[in-house]
Order: sequence, then C-alpha cells, then structure tokens
Amino acid sequence: MATPLRNPIVDTDAPVATLHTASASHVTAAHSTAPAGPVTLGAGNPALHPHATGMDLHLRQLSKRYTGVAALDGVDLHVEAGELVALLGPSGSGKTTLLRVIAGLLHPDAGQVLFGRNDATRLSLRERNVGFVFQHYALFKHMTVAENIAFGLRSRPRSKRPDKATIKRRVEELLGLIQLPGFGDRYPEQLSGGQKQRVALARALAIDPTVLLLDEPFGALDAKVRVELRRWLRQLHERTGQTTLFVTHDQEEALELADRIVVLREGRIEQVGTPDEIYSDPASAYVFDFIGRANVLEGEVRGGRFHLPGHARTFSADGVAEGPAKLYARAHDIAPGNDDEGIGARVTAAYRLADRITLELHVEGQARPVELDFAATPGLTTPAPGSDVRLVPLRYRVYSA
Amino acid sequence: MSDVRQRDDLQEPAWLRAILIALAVLAMLALVVLPLLMVLGAAFAKGFGTWLDSLTQPDAVSALKLTLFTVAIVVPVNAVFGIFTAWAVTRFEFRGKQILLSLIDLPFAVSPVVAGLCLVLLFGSSGWFASVLQHYDVKILFARPGIVLATLFITFPFVVRELIPLMQQQGADEELAARSLGAGGWTMFRRVTLPNIKWGLLYGVLLCSARAMGEFGAVSVVSGHIRGLTNTLPLHIEILYNEFDSTGAFAAASLLAGLALITLILKFWLEARHGDALAKSHRRH
Repeated sequence: MATPLRNPIVDTDAPVATLHTASASHVTAAHSTAPAGPVTLGAGNPALHPHATGMDLHLRQLSKRYTGVAALDGVDLHVEAGELVALLGPSGSGKTTLLRVIAGLLHPDAGQVLFGRNDATRLSLRERNVGFVFQHYALFKHMTVAENIAFGLRSRPRSKRPDKATIKRRVEELLGLIQLPGFGDRYPEQLSGGQKQRVALARALAIDPTVLLLDEPFGALDAKVRVELRRWLRQLHERTGQTTLFVTHDQEEALELADRIVVLREGRIEQVGTPDEIYSDPASAYVFDFIGRANVLEGEVRGGRFHLPGHARTFSADGVAEGPAKLYARAHDIAPGNDDEGIGARVTAAYRLADRITLELHVEGQARPVELDFAATPGLTTPAPGSDVRLVPLRYRVYSA
Repeated sequence: MSDVRQRDDLQEPAWLRAILIALAVLAMLALVVLPLLMVLGAAFAKGFGTWLDSLTQPDAVSALKLTLFTVAIVVPVNAVFGIFTAWAVTRFEFRGKQILLSLIDLPFAVSPVVAGLCLVLLFGSSGWFASVLQHYDVKILFARPGIVLATLFITFPFVVRELIPLMQQQGADEELAARSLGAGGWTMFRRVTLPNIKWGLLYGVLLCSARAMGEFGAVSVVSGHIRGLTNTLPLHIEILYNEFDSTGAFAAASLLAGLALITLILKFWLEARHGDALAKSHRRH
C-alpha cells in the first residue's frame, strides 16, 4: 500500500518487500470479500481504479473487408483508462477482427486506432507494446515458466533492458500475482490449462503493456476452471487497473466480468453498455436474443399497443413503428397469473429442477413454444401437462419485426 | 484384460498374421539386407588391407573429398532456403501458393537425368548462358559448380517437406506472442521458431545429406567423369566397376553404405527420441 497511485506490478523502483506484502494482502482481501457478479459501478471511473496505469483507447471508423465481405464496418469506440471491456458476439460478428486490429495483427482498410493521444494505426504489433493473450496460451514450449515471463524484458534492446536481478525480481512478483509462486522452473507442458493461461497473462503483463488484449481467454478451458479463472481475472484487474479488452462469445462471461460490453453484429457495434444496461435494456431484438434465452411472441403494433392475435390483452409498445412486431420476454420475467389477467396458454411440458420450475407452454396462434421459469416455493404444485394457465409478462420489450 | 482379448478376436487369425509378418521380413532380408551384406562381403573379400588400399588411392580419396565438399555446400544452402520457403508457405497468404507447393515437389517428380540435362541446356557450350560464362571464363559444367548445382536441385525438397507440415501444425501463435512482447525478427526466429523446429530441421538435414552423398543420375550428366577432379563417390564406384575392378568398386560402395547406415541410425534415434517434435503428418520418403 506504500504506493497507492502506482501499479504494483510494473513499478520496478519500489522496494520488493513492500510489493510482496502489498500483493499478498490484496490477494487475501480479494478472496474474502470478492465482489462477484457484474460490477457496474461507474465504469471507467478512475477513482474506482486506484492503480490505473492503463491508457485510454479510441477507435475511429475502423473498417476491414475480407474478399468483399465487411468484417468491420465503421466501428467507433472509446475505452477509458483502466476499463475492462468485453467484445461480445457470435462467430463472424467481427469481434476477433476488431481485437486483432487493435493489437496490430491486422491492418484496417480505413479508420484509426489511438492509444491515449498517439495514433497507433500505422504501428506494427511489436511497436504497439500491447499485451496479447491467445486462446490456446501460445506459451513458449521449450522455455520454463520463468523464462516465458521474462521473455519480453529480455528481448528489449540492450540499452533499455533491465539487469538480470531486476528481471528475476519482476518474474517473482508476477509469479506471486498469478498465484503460482515456485512454478518458475516448470515447463508449460507440466501445467494445467488454467495455470497456462495465468502464465500467459503474467508474460503479457511483464512488458507493462499499454492495453491488455485477450482473445477468448477461457475458450479452451473446461467449465469449472473457466468460472474460477474469470473471477480471478476480475480481481486481478481490480488490482492492476490495466485497460483490458477481451473477446468472447459467451454472454455469461461478458456479463460477469466486464465493466462494459460491446455487442457486435456483422462488423458493426449493435450496443455498448454496462452489463445491467445490456441485460435489462437491450437495444434490439438481436441483443435481447443473444444475451440470454428469450421467449418471442409474434403480433403487431397498432396505436402504440402490441396486439397478440387471438388474445384480448394488449401491451404497451411506445415508440415502436406500426405494423408486424415481436414481443420479447425472458423465462423468469413471466409469471403465472389469475383467470382474469394475462394470456391464456396450455402447459405442454413441466420440468422441476431443484429449486426452479420450468414450464413449456403453447400459446394459441404462436408457432414457437414459450418457456416460463419460477421459483418452486413450498406449497406450490407443478401444473400438469395439458392444464391451462394464464401468463403475465412482467418485463418485456417490443421490437418491430 | 478383456479389452485386449477382444481386440485379438477382431484381428486377422493368428496364422495369417504370422505368414504376413514372415513375408514382410523375408522380403526385407532378400531385397535390402542381403545385398548390403554381399557388398560388405565383396569389399572385404581380399582382406582388410586390400580394402584400405583401394580406399586410399588418390582417385578414391579425391572422390570422397568431392562428395563431402558437395554435401558441405548443399546441406546448409538447402537448410536455409528450406526454412525460408517453409516460412513463406506457412506464414503468408499469397497468390500462386499452391503452384509453389507443387514446384517444391518437382525434383522428386522428374528423373535426375532430366535435371542434369536442364543444367547442360543452361550452362553448356551452346546453352543460354554460354557467352556470359565464356566471357568471364567461368566453368560450371564438368566442374564442381555443376555438381553442386545438380545436387542442390535434387535434394531441395527434403528440408522443406519436413518443415512445412511441422510449422503448419505449430501455427504462428507463439511467433506472434514473441512479436507482441517486443522481440525483433531475429530474436523471434532464434528463440522461438528455431527451438520449435530444430528436430524436424535436423531430420530434414539428415535425409538431405544422405541423398546428396548418394546422388548419381544428375551428377553423372554434368560431371564429365574427370578422375581426381569431378568424380564423386558414386561416379567413382561406377568407373571402377566398369573397369572390372570389383574389389575397389565394392570397397568404395561399402564406404557409401557405411555413411548411409550412420544416417539411418541417427534417423532412428531422432524418431525414437524426438518423435513428438517431428511433423506428425504422413511422411513421403
């Protein structure tokens, strides 16, 4: 805690002992009071990232085409210093292309990449000094963990290269930071997937990068390790304050980990927002559908209300164009209602999972089944298949079709 | 246990397996081991002294020297160009890549004699470069440069063919990681690429040297068979044999076979020890 405004990892001038105790106390603190779940407190506010050393990042009108197909189509984005941003989208949405353009692995056809105030568009991968973490780790197989981490520092030109003792100390610090002290002499093949990815991260952090770029960092790991590692990454980010972008196709990962989420679609940004904004206020049917399981009811908008064919109940649809439209609601945002409210539906299947009940329902006039999900409170019986229920969408959104 | 039994049951009957294995072993013995033993037998037929005498003749020594000289030039050149070519093919996308890949196989496809004739066509007294060569008084045909060029052509594919599948399999991620960490091109190659391909490279070099030592057809066309000057070991053997000096021919042949055996043992060791670091793709040679 001696140097609260400096980055404990990259600050080589600070005494080692202080750094170690500082990191150690951070680790325990983080473990006991881990702020799990989406962190939505004022994204990018430097006050919340006391160690912020990252740079802010401007992307201006980035475009990239592959044989005529637009992989990026005029992307504008501003990432604040110290922010943790998820680039979310299905394959082919341009998220990986965007990350590679920022890293300098690909050159954009048009547009600009700015690190702070410096135009980096024409700089090569090597000159940009970004920390890049690959999905499959890309650790140097024939080097030990310590040699992997030291690679960036050792590769510097002689005049800028730290001396051996400094490098060794920095490697030790980073091994502590990734919670693998004593692993320095092992080879990558002796590590588990999660450990490898942590080493890859330490290797990237060792060069004090301008931004940290992670390409599907948890993609090659199994489910349990994935969840552990992303919580750990979130804690690590709280401490280092590195400006970080990561690519994922997993909405759960993006919601849990990121300060802000950028949803991409066919090379364009569909929506940018905090996880809360993205989840509760999706800007389009595409985002709604992608960010979680969605029930869709087809109907039309007349006079500012959404009408479901064959049903009396209408729903507010302010600001939606007249004509065919779709109502989107999540399974847990629909409640069973009394006889005189909601929409009539017939239960086609019922599943009971520990503390939840999931009903699959058929709504008259709708092709797609509707799913309803609620807590199995004591005394509540699961409706039998074939019985009629009433549905009350508590939260929903209407998009024109 | 039951697993093993089941697998046995699914295989061919035991007697059939025994016959097939025996046939394969017999074929190997008759076609490869027996001739090799006979070469050695003929070489030492008149005793070790005669064998040593025929190998220490000036012509034999100069043939051996020329062969080693050729190998010493061809192998490093092909190793370097092999790395360049494998790099270009596996790390860049460009037009005509497929054509380049087919061209790499060309030396395997054409007869070595044809390759030698191509050189004659280019550098012969009525060839394309004849006037230039005459003007500067450079001799390529019937001299060492011709032999080196012919051997280069014939052995070019060995290193490349070994490296391309290996580098494809490994991908470029480690190299990109090195670049992103600030490594220059040379540092990246020396500290990341080379350690990853070294065993494959060594394997390719080994095959390349074996072929370079034994090459006959193409070298025969361009060498001119000048004793003591442009005779390589295989050509030397042919001359001795044609002159009915079978002891000398077999002595030289045993030397060549010995070099081949050493190569084979090294290759075996490489595969046993570093098999996982060699390309996993199907081998053609």
